[in-house]
Amino acid sequence: MSDKDKAMAYWKANVRLILISLVIWAIVSFGFGIVLRPLLSGIAIGGTDLGFWFAQQGSILVFLGLIFFYAFRMNSLDRKHGVDEE
Amino acid sequence: MDQFTLNLVFVGATFALYIGIAIWARAGSTSEFYAAGRGVHPVTNGMATAADWMSAASFISMAGLIAFGGYTASSFLMGWTGGYVLLALLLAPYLRKFGKFTVPEFIGDRFYSQTARLVAVACLIIASVTYVIGQMTGVGVAFSRFLEVSNTTGLLIGAAVVFAYAVLGGMKGITYTQVAQYVVLITAYTIPAIFISLQLTGVALPPIGLFSEYTATGEPLLARLNDVVQDLGFSAYTLQDTSFLPMLNMFLFTMSLMIGTAGLPHVIIRFFTVPRVADARWSAGWALVFIALLYLTAPAVGAMARLNLVDTIYPNGATEQPIAYDERPDWIKNWEITGLLKFEDKNGDGLIQWYNEGNATFGETAAERGWQGSELTVNNDILVLANPEIAGLPGWVIALVAAGGLAAALSTAAGLLLAISSAVSHDLIKGAINPKISERGELLAARIAMAVAIAVATWLGLNPPGFAAQTVALAFGIAAASLFPVLMMGIFSTRINNHGAVAGMLAGLIFTVVYIFLHKGWFFIPGTNSFPDTIAGSLFGIQSTAIGAVGAILNFAVAYGVSKVTADTPQEIKDLVESVRVPRGAGSAAADH
Repeated sequence: MSDKDKAMAYWKANVRLILISLVIWAIVSFGFGIVLRPLLSGIAIGGTDLGFWFAQQGSILVFLGLIFFYAFRMNSLDRKHGVDEE
Repeated sequence: MDQFTLNLVFVGATFALYIGIAIWARAGSTSEFYAAGRGVHPVTNGMATAADWMSAASFISMAGLIAFGGYTASSFLMGWTGGYVLLALLLAPYLRKFGKFTVPEFIGDRFYSQTARLVAVACLIIASVTYVIGQMTGVGVAFSRFLEVSNTTGLLIGAAVVFAYAVLGGMKGITYTQVAQYVVLITAYTIPAIFISLQLTGVALPPIGLFSEYTATGEPLLARLNDVVQDLGFSAYTLQDTSFLPMLNMFLFTMSLMIGTAGLPHVIIRFFTVPRVADARWSAGWALVFIALLYLTAPAVGAMARLNLVDTIYPNGATEQPIAYDERPDWIKNWEITGLLKFEDKNGDGLIQWYNEGNATFGETAAERGWQGSELTVNNDILVLANPEIAGLPGWVIALVAAGGLAAALSTAAGLLLAISSAVSHDLIKGAINPKISERGELLAARIAMAVAIAVATWLGLNPPGFAAQTVALAFGIAAASLFPVLMMGIFSTRINNHGAVAGMLAGLIFTVVYIFLHKGWFFIPGTNSFPDTIAGSLFGIQSTAIGAVGAILNFAVAYGVSKVTADTPQEIKDLVESVRVPRGAGSAAADH
């Protein structure tokens, strides 16, 4: 594989990872926290429902997990495609 | 020691610490002044970013907004944290790889256009200056409440301290003071929250306490809160309006805050200070860890403060008589002096009736009880500052909260001032007016620009335009609609060209600013608006605070359309984009400077 192809494959893998992460990002905040909250209203938690928890805490915890997951996965992608920093 | 002396000791000690750091971390080169020599550890940078980001609004106002807004205020929680996911995935690593000093510099180089760079400078300055006004007024308020000096004196002391470490140390001095400020502000925020959580629920961790049982009655805290606020005619704390427009507005408002956060230059430039691209990714994660410590505590503080407040006014339950004004606790007296809490005995019975007078159904109940309007007005901003007093905590906690509020305001002000001064010295002076300026000359220019920016911000803090509170919407709207989309397209598309970027930025900017002015008044002059700023009355059924997301979509669409019908980007720009996308070589790019 030429350097150009290698860079292309790396970028494709990166964009795929970004898309997966952003889907999760949107589901927990805009989904569970706002639009889908009525669907989750049957699940009780601490005097309210699961959607309220996602809006005030759950989404933040998932965001945290997402950034570290992405950083971890990208580091291995960097090495796998040989574009990591020496 | 009396309370005043305690406040003085705590605020004085933290200020001495900041000055000490300023002397230790002087900047000797432009690289140190703009990017702290790119030698900041990712965890250190994460902590500095957290302080840079969490402003007087996060520290002082947000819990109050949540306390009175309930579920609806979740937009602030999701919006101001979700932006870091966008920053970590879409911007920070690539802009770090690009390896320059300012956000307009990337836009100018990537879109090979001096016009694009200057439009970006204008957006940056408008967004950052409007943002800094709020910080400076916050400094004034904290000083006048806790140190009994006049607003003006307080503001001048604050400005002098920022001057010391920002002018001397630039980004290097700011970074290490922000780390110290983070420690001060997070300690100040969490200690009262832990005490209050223990008092109300017996659980030490506030985020868990929020979903635990209220020990006084044995029912869940949020269920109890829902009951008592509804007894007073307010809507339930956890209630969601599930009709279409309110939901759409909450969606767009959250989105505007997220992309606005990711597009704010003073946050982006913090990621220029780490040594490697991988560090920029980790650093965004650490920043969110440190931010989340406050943002997970804030909803608990909001709910518990609201419940505490109702219990204080209605000690026998919300369906019984409230307390008499003569028997009010000391903290109410303290805050009455500031005017942020007001009592007016409308029915002359000497009791403090506090309820939702806007609720017509509840109005009948109130009339039966002989109430003639709600008699207490509570400003959102006092909840966090008054929390230790409401909960009856010792004096040193109150002093700590004073130091914490000042740390939050000063750290954000310094970050904004650096973004403004580097745009002036690096983008305007070196980039446009005098490209041949020497390194020493540029460093001097950067210091002078910083000093001028501090003077302007102080002046604006002393004479805040009447619209100061409104302008935050403007700052986020501009960052979301103009800066974030071009930065993202500059990295993720090779096809967007100079014309597309300029047209997109201008379209997003003009659309958003005009929409805000149509609802809030032209240049925020009261009475010049064409539409009321409510969901029902607004032009598209979208409140002006939520319009940034729509402006961003317009920016993307216009940039794409214009690029499609104009000449393709030159090969060397395509190569630049390719190189920004891979981490390898970030170290050598930094060495060019």
